Amino acid sequence: MIIKTYKGVFIVSSKMEEILEILEKNARAGVEEIALMLDMSVEEVEAAIKKLEEDKVIVGYNTLINWDNSSKETVTALIELRVTPQRGQGFDKIAERIYRYPQVKACYLMSGSFDLTVIIEGKNMKEVALFVAEKLAPLEGVISTSTHFVLKKYKDDGVIFEENGKDDREALRL
Amino acid sequence: MNLQEMIRPTVRNMPPSGIRKYFDLLNEMKDAISLGVGEPDFVTPWAIREAGIYSLERGHTHYSSNPGFIELRRQISRYVARKYNVEYDPKTEIIVTVGASEAIDIALRALAGPGDEVIIPEPSFVAYKGCTAFTGATPVIIELKEEDEFRLRPEQLEKALTERTKVVILPFPNNPTGAVMRADDQRKIVDVLKDRDVIIISDEIYAELTYSGKHVSFASYPEIRDKTILINGFSKAFAMTGWRIGYACGHPVLIEAMNKIHQYAIMCSPTTAQYAASEALSSCEDEVQAMVREYNRRRRVMVRGFREAGLSCFEPMGAFYVFPSIKSTGMTSDEFCEKLLMEEKVLTVPGTAFGACGEGYIRATYANSYENITEALRRIRRFVSRHRK
Repeated sequence: MIIKTYKGVFIVSSKMEEILEILEKNARAGVEEIALMLDMSVEEVEAAIKKLEEDKVIVGYNTLINWDNSSKETVTALIELRVTPQRGQGFDKIAERIYRYPQVKACYLMSGSFDLTVIIEGKNMKEVALFVAEKLAPLEGVISTSTHFVLKKYKDDGVIFEENGKDDREALRL
Repeated sequence: MNLQEMIRPTVRNMPPSGIRKYFDLLNEMKDAISLGVGEPDFVTPWAIREAGIYSLERGHTHYSSNPGFIELRRQISRYVARKYNVEYDPKTEIIVTVGASEAIDIALRALAGPGDEVIIPEPSFVAYKGCTAFTGATPVIIELKEEDEFRLRPEQLEKALTERTKVVILPFPNNPTGAVMRADDQRKIVDVLKDRDVIIISDEIYAELTYSGKHVSFASYPEIRDKTILINGFSKAFAMTGWRIGYACGHPVLIEAMNKIHQYAIMCSPTTAQYAASEALSSCEDEVQAMVREYNRRRRVMVRGFREAGLSCFEPMGAFYVFPSIKSTGMTSDEFCEKLLMEEKVLTVPGTAFGACGEGYIRATYANSYENITEALRRIRRFVSRHRK
């Protein structure tokens, strides 16, 4: 059992993991709530979260949105990129030139037949296609691009979008 | 012909469940929250469901051998050895049953009959007393006390044992109290029982849902291993209630006797459920542990919630129930539950449903979503402050 400290507060690593487990599912869980769930003091939970933020374990508190159910038009595309790694920089430099664009939602270095996966969001297909053609394809080091548009999102970040969360248990059972 | 007269007196005279009226009340309500459910809110993990579906697709729709597929019994044998440190021969010492409930029934039918006494600690699961009565044996009730944290005291057991005692039921972790037996409590119970000619039915269906260290099985005490029938199943730990699959482990003589009844009454447990259970044992440990962690968090929220509402609440260390005392309200359990349902639309179960000594208590389950639990606790707080004497 590893003990982590933050400014004199000691926290068992298993508790740290449980805090992450709770926040991963619900970023809005409050410190009082978490403290109660994990039998910790509010100060301990605060210290733990601070520590996790400082260590860049927690890097953000996003909301998962199913844009298809909103009035806003969006399309998502997954682009496979083959690139030439640069001497001394590997793939990191070219990746950075790509992920700095706000249109890029995610960027991963891959094993296998291509090098980078880039997830792009845009208003419509044309906008995304133009972004690929004008920004990504011409980049020095990019050998080829292959664009795949997402037709339907079934599940994102562990959440099934069309799940019927209804409790259909019999209301009373001994 | 009077049809009623044709029903055996023990069946005819069995009182109907006292909670039936709650069903009727509940049916007319819209946004009621039920803390009355004795089963997980989680759906069976997908890998298990998928294994069941796959077995159907392949056309595996036939009987298994009476005690269950040997491969599943081997897995159960390994699982029980690894978890609870007691070894059973999969060929002769394990039977796969239709839920732990069937195991309780056939164990009692194999052992007890008219003239025999069956010791049952209460409050506890209603089936023990019912199944005992159907065998013609006499249930002997031990009343567990809140001041003992609803644990069975050796002197209580000593007092209840007679020449006619045939079976002792040990229902821990307990439904409805959530009580667990600590190793030192168990030791004393084992000492009382080890030289007696009685069979122990240890119903450990909630074994995995233990929140204070590792569950210790009564069967793991060598002195009583051969006179203990260990009952467990998939319903609670793997969220598989509707699949109806459990098992019993014990000495070959005991299991063989149970298997005789099982083969005539049941034939074999549903094979789809057996395939699914096999998957549960081979790949779902992580998911079980994640569910246990989640229950444990809700448990803390629930205990705190009842205490903040002004009700004294013993801290349960097993299962997924809390069993707070409502004595301070001056109401009976039944009144409390009915009023709470009518006024605040929160369904709980009166402690008396689990034995007369449950009077003054209610059972509430935390196998429900965090949102529902929080909202139910809010309503209960309001209810109690309105009715406080």
